[in-house]
Amino acid sequence: MDSRRVVTVSARVDAAVSSTDSVEDELELSTVRHRPEGLEQLEAQTRFSRKELQILYRGFKNECPSGVVNEETFKDIYSQFFPQGDASTYAHFLFNAFDTDHNGSVSFEDFVMGLSILLRGTVQEKLIWAFNLYDINKDGYISKEEMLDIMKAIYDMMGKCTYPVLKEETPRQHVEIFFQKMDKNKDGVVTIDEFIDSCQNDENIMRSMHLFENVL
Amino acid sequence: MATGVAAWLPFARAAAIGWMPVANCPMPNAPGDNSKRQDELIILNISGRRFQTWRTTLDRYPDTLLGSTEKDFFYNEETKEYFFDRDPDAFRSILNFYRTGKLHYPRHECISAYDEELTFFGIIPEIIGDCCYEEYKDRKRENLERLQDDQEEIKDMKLPNMSFRETMWRAFENPHTSTMALVFYYVTGFFIAISVITNVVETVPCGSTFNQKDMPCGERYTVAFFCIDTACVMIFTVEYLLRLFAAPSRYRFMRSVMSIIDVVAILPYYIGLVMTNNEDVSGAFVTLRVFRVFRIFKFSRHSQGLRILGYTLKSCASELGFLLFSLTMAIIIFATVMFYAEKGSSSTKFTSIPASFWYTIVTMTTLGYGDMVPKTIAGKIFGSICSLSGVLVIALPVPVIVSNFSRIYHQNQRADKRRAQKKTRMARIRIAKSGSANAFLQSKRNGMLSELLELTGKDEEEQKSMSLLESQHHHLLHCLEKTTAHEFVDEQMYEQNFLEMALQTFPSHSPSTASHDSPAVTCCSRKERRNTPLPSADLPPPHPSSAHQSTLQELSTIRIHCGDPLLHSTSRSNLNMKPDDSCRINSKSGRITTAIISLPTPPALPSDGDGLHRPPKRRSHPPTGHPVAPSIQTTASSAGINIVKVSAL
Repeated sequence: MDSRRVVTVSARVDAAVSSTDSVEDELELSTVRHRPEGLEQLEAQTRFSRKELQILYRGFKNECPSGVVNEETFKDIYSQFFPQGDASTYAHFLFNAFDTDHNGSVSFEDFVMGLSILLRGTVQEKLIWAFNLYDINKDGYISKEEMLDIMKAIYDMMGKCTYPVLKEETPRQHVEIFFQKMDKNKDGVVTIDEFIDSCQNDENIMRSMHLFENVL
Repeated sequence: MATGVAAWLPFARAAAIGWMPVANCPMPNAPGDNSKRQDELIILNISGRRFQTWRTTLDRYPDTLLGSTEKDFFYNEETKEYFFDRDPDAFRSILNFYRTGKLHYPRHECISAYDEELTFFGIIPEIIGDCCYEEYKDRKRENLERLQDDQEEIKDMKLPNMSFRETMWRAFENPHTSTMALVFYYVTGFFIAISVITNVVETVPCGSTFNQKDMPCGERYTVAFFCIDTACVMIFTVEYLLRLFAAPSRYRFMRSVMSIIDVVAILPYYIGLVMTNNEDVSGAFVTLRVFRVFRIFKFSRHSQGLRILGYTLKSCASELGFLLFSLTMAIIIFATVMFYAEKGSSSTKFTSIPASFWYTIVTMTTLGYGDMVPKTIAGKIFGSICSLSGVLVIALPVPVIVSNFSRIYHQNQRADKRRAQKKTRMARIRIAKSGSANAFLQSKRNGMLSELLELTGKDEEEQKSMSLLESQHHHLLHCLEKTTAHEFVDEQMYEQNFLEMALQTFPSHSPSTASHDSPAVTCCSRKERRNTPLPSADLPPPHPSSAHQSTLQELSTIRIHCGDPLLHSTSRSNLNMKPDDSCRINSKSGRITTAIISLPTPPALPSDGDGLHRPPKRRSHPPTGHPVAPSIQTTASSAGINIVKVSAL
């Protein structure tokens, strides 16, 4: 999203600017206001209708009056949906998945682009999105360690009180099952092609991709 | 769930796509959005002032008046608006609560009027934001106290069933509760005064008798003073013992300051009684009599001001300490200087530095007794510097201390208040949080109940209708359960299971479905047993298929198989199978098989994980796993076999 307009009350917020005075830094950060692109442009770029964009933006702006979500707020919001467990690790990975330009904050464009893929995208796009979520270091491969991190984050959300009782090796076992299914050439990493292939051959996964289409 | 972030629920659900490739079980179906309403503007007419907001804004808090269907009672058909005959000014903060999620307390509002508005609109005051909560609670407490003052006489009536001990304690603590208590209060006060006066008068010289010496009255009228002293001490002892007896917590009473003062006040007398009046110990004995002056501290029970003073002194200890320290520094410095300055002069009183301390203190506090004066010029110069700096050193910290007194005093009071408030607030918030977690578990049980009802076709009991938001949130939690192949349970179940798992190795399967376990899907297969003592069933006695013969003799079990259906073909073969396309379009695999008990008395079953979800009604066993009733479709066997198979997703 290069054509974003960032309006700040005081000086610009440039990622490249190395300001020596930390007080100025704080001032800048605290007065960042972000205004999204126009409705028409967003309509063109995403698959949402005008009305849907309006509803989304109103909800977004209500929770984040400044127009951007930082990671703390993101974790807060996501944790409220999972009262029994600890959703902060998974929220961290989600945040990185939504923050496509890696500037530390999720603006409305990022948010809506992500949602557009998830809710209105083709199955291929959704799978690519999921792959990017799992690929923590964005090197094009999902390693077992990355998958283990993700798995632990998911299991963390369940919390302590589960049936059957969560054991230490449950995430690891789950990762093994996952790799058995996905890693075709058994080289210890899952590439995006292997991933998409395996998912497309799995009925459950294909079906579940369509699960949330009517969310909005 | 905090409905303030209800707007983000679509996002959370969309993000759940991230779990899908990882999950090994199929996901449950999403709840349908039956009421697909366009977001509309609602007009709220509050005594003529019109407020407008979106419907979804109000729907954020479904357990308040405006968020629920309760507002339909106030709907005005002609004008197509909701009319409330309430205060429009107070309504502003209420509507802002819906908009921003934070409830503020406007300071100009009367507290009881505001409370009434909150109660009318169904909002609990505990969610007032931190910025306004303290003010709100303070005003509420003041109001309460004001009301209480009026009712004090009524309240002071003796409560029935108060034990004698409690009555006594109450009498001691609040002297105005009964006349006896008041009498006691004044009598003890009187005797404290008598005792103090006696101690003082004892030392006054009483006028000479035919002896030349002027004797102090104490030695002249020994017997009289001894009698008075004895009487006082007896009263004090009786009082102390009575308090000790009446105290609700004797250990705590004995540790309190007042009781220590009591003990110190009467102990010298008894020690004096015990020790004989010989010369060696008379010195110590005299010292002990000094402690009798502590009786004057007993007045602090009678005076609120004394207590407050003592408390503030205690809380300002650090400031006092600083004052003392700085004074000590100055004293030492000036004493040294004066000593060396006066060393030269003859017959000087400044014989040593410690001796000069006295001069420095007297000068710095501007007392100036004049018993020690410097004689040399240097001494006089330094002496004047000393007195000037004394004024400064003392005058500066004292106002700081005084202002610190009042600040710390008020701060302490406020900190105590806040601490007391915080506990209840946190408790309330915790309850609400656990309520939301329990809501999911509760709805699961309700979901099973409702499926059961659908199954048997009986008339509906009242279902807890969930808002769309809640059903979607529960669906999200359900997907997480399926992804990880673990269930949410509440604390007690978790403890139970934990203990049982520690005792047993592995839950034993019911023989009927022994064929289903395939190693590849152990992570998914979940077994649920339920002990269901049957009441008289309304259902016709089932004819189980051969594969389920044994289950009839046992309690029902429900198995949920998530996994490759091909592996379970044996378990399906005997069941009445309807083609799947009549069921959900999405489901091919995953059968939930149930068997129905027909026995009136439940035989013992090797129980494991005993009955996680006990259904409120015990009839047939509904398939589990779906909190939302409408999305489950069941196929009933055509042969009258009450074995149902439900495709589970």
